[in-house]
Amino acid sequence: MKVSTMAERFAAGEPPEILFWVGCAGSFDDRAKKITKAFVQILNKAEVSFAVLGTEESCTGDPAKRAGNEFLFQMQAMTNIEVMNGYDIKKVVTACPHCFNTIKNEYPGLGGNYEVLHHTQFLKQLVEEGKISLEGGKFKGKRITYHDPCYLGRANQVYEAPRELIRKLDAELVEMKSCKQRGLCCGAGGAQMFKEPERGDKDVNIERTEQALETQPEIIAAACPFCNTMMTDGVKNKEKEGSIAVMDIAELIASVDDL
Amino acid sequence: MEYLPNILFLLLLLAGIGYFSRNVIRLRRNIRLGRDVDVSDNPALRWKNMAKIALGQTKMVVRPIAGAMHIIVYVGFIVINIEVLEIIIDGVFGTHRIFAPLGTVYDALIAIFEVLAILVIFAVVIFWLRRNAIRLKRFLKPEMKGWPKTDANLILYIEVVLMVLFLTMNGADYQLQQLNAEHYTQAGAFPISQYLAPLFEGMSIANLILVERTAWWLHITGILAFLNYLYFSKHLHILLAFPNTYFGSLNPKGQFENLESVTREVQLMMDPSADPYATPTEGQEDTEPEKFGASDVMDLSWVQLLSAYTCTECGRCTDECPANQTGKKLSPRKIMMDTRDRLEAVGKNIDANKGIFVPDDKQLLNDYITPEELWACTTCNACVQACPVSIDPLSIIMDMRQYLVMEMSAAPTDLNNMMGNLENNGAPWPFNQMDRLNWAEEQ
Ligand code: SF4
Ligand code: SF4
Repeated sequence: MKVSTMAERFAAGEPPEILFWVGCAGSFDDRAKKITKAFVQILNKAEVSFAVLGTEESCTGDPAKRAGNEFLFQMQAMTNIEVMNGYDIKKVVTACPHCFNTIKNEYPGLGGNYEVLHHTQFLKQLVEEGKISLEGGKFKGKRITYHDPCYLGRANQVYEAPRELIRKLDAELVEMKSCKQRGLCCGAGGAQMFKEPERGDKDVNIERTEQALETQPEIIAAACPFCNTMMTDGVKNKEKEGSIAVMDIAELIASVDDL
Repeated sequence: MEYLPNILFLLLLLAGIGYFSRNVIRLRRNIRLGRDVDVSDNPALRWKNMAKIALGQTKMVVRPIAGAMHIIVYVGFIVINIEVLEIIIDGVFGTHRIFAPLGTVYDALIAIFEVLAILVIFAVVIFWLRRNAIRLKRFLKPEMKGWPKTDANLILYIEVVLMVLFLTMNGADYQLQQLNAEHYTQAGAFPISQYLAPLFEGMSIANLILVERTAWWLHITGILAFLNYLYFSKHLHILLAFPNTYFGSLNPKGQFENLESVTREVQLMMDPSADPYATPTEGQEDTEPEKFGASDVMDLSWVQLLSAYTCTECGRCTDECPANQTGKKLSPRKIMMDTRDRLEAVGKNIDANKGIFVPDDKQLLNDYITPEELWACTTCNACVQACPVSIDPLSIIMDMRQYLVMEMSAAPTDLNNMMGNLENNGAPWPFNQMDRLNWAEEQ
């Protein structure tokens, strides 16, 4: 797969326009790596000038910060900012709402000022500029419900970009009973992804999956690697993995023309 | 003797306002126990938020039924207060319906008050039913047992009583006007209280005056009592919703504050030219090492403490909370109620000890809010979004987590493992940073 690193592009004297921030899940988690690859396929097809940091990338520090470890967060943040400023980066795109939120909102105070876009916002721009097309009818009439990631929706008010993309796929977008501003969390945020839940009657991802199943979808669309994991587990728990797919918006778009 | 009622009224008014001022001073002192924060930025946007959220009630109508009922009570409350102004002037100067010369305007005003009064009674009945007959889930959570429940119902009863007194007063007055009683000027329109006429049939003028005066006195006494009840009640929100929405955060909800004290230390650690043995610069020598995060109310900011007093205990936050919905102990409303309870305890301690706080072996952490509650939060911001008065329970949860982790090293084991990985490999899982680009090679 064709991906160049910032270091390579700088050595060649061709700095790219965009940094694709892959994130830890996108780099290491098997499910999330598929999203990363789907997004790169789209970027390549649209001939976007981009590069990744590769081994120079490190966790944004989001899970440390939400767990209460401000030290570790700021160490991570400052290391990353040093690297990014070294490459004079202006624009960052990422497929992870947690990375998106942290770099966009929490890095500026520590000296990292970039234009930051979530991949759904960037994909929407590509569609508007005619660089990718969503025609093909593969998803025509399919019932798709969209799960709002907390750090994209409530945290940063991005509700429409992913929805517009789904509509442009000619799919039938069906909303869950809690959506947009009132969307229910998948249960992974705030570093919950990395720990056992506290005692209760139910896991949060099961509650959310039940809401999704009420809409009788063929596909549950997600826009966050962690939500994706939580919803996939939920669907498995309900033994529906045969009939319902959990897919990232980038995967939906990449599969339109079987890139 | 002639001026006895005026004097009595003045005394009542002064007592009411005096005691209220005492409460306000105490409230202010307690709120200022919090850390200082700079909220002087962007006043234009802050005024706009206050106008929209507190005055315009925009967040209330997210839930249409409760929202509509609340607007009735709220508008009723504000508008009927014009009447209170008249009552006060009449009370002090011994006049009767001093605004009567306004003529048709006055008629219209009284008519509007009456219609609002009956609407308020209607809304309050619905509110009562929601709490006590329909028994909505969010009003029955564990933190609502005891005083919070009594408080909520008490307010509803007080509101009905005040409205009934108001209508009785007008009804008797109208009757007296019909009978051309001396002193009772022909003024006002009484679209609602005129229907009370059958109650007063056959009553002598003296008895009617007795009814009218009794209702009048009870009405104003009730209002003054209500004013002084606020401090002890979730009803404080009718005043504090305004400053609280003004001082509410203007940042995107996902943006958590970066601790400046940490930034200084991290910069020092990362700066290769910094000399760790350097003598501290002037003024820094005897500053105590800063405490990270919050274990008690004094570690929170004054805006967070103001929020604790503002909380209406409506439970919209808890209702939307994913942790609470799935049976975890965490309830963002309880976080706010605990903060207020602890702050009150600290305030009483200060009162009892001549103005200084004497440590009482208690703190907000553990004695009020347990780590189990704090660790159940997904930082999803649903509570912040839901709050109709711009309260941010999540910020308190985060400050307390910071204390647990940075001061006590008391994170759950799983999280310690995650943070260990992060520190060593730059990822929350045990993968090598050098493998970060392997995905590009895989099929
Ligand atoms: S941010 Fe935490 S407390 Fe607030 S609703 Fe979400 S899980 Fe509950
Ligand atoms: S914090 Fe806000 S939403 Fe929660 S109970 Fe208090 S007023 Fe209601």
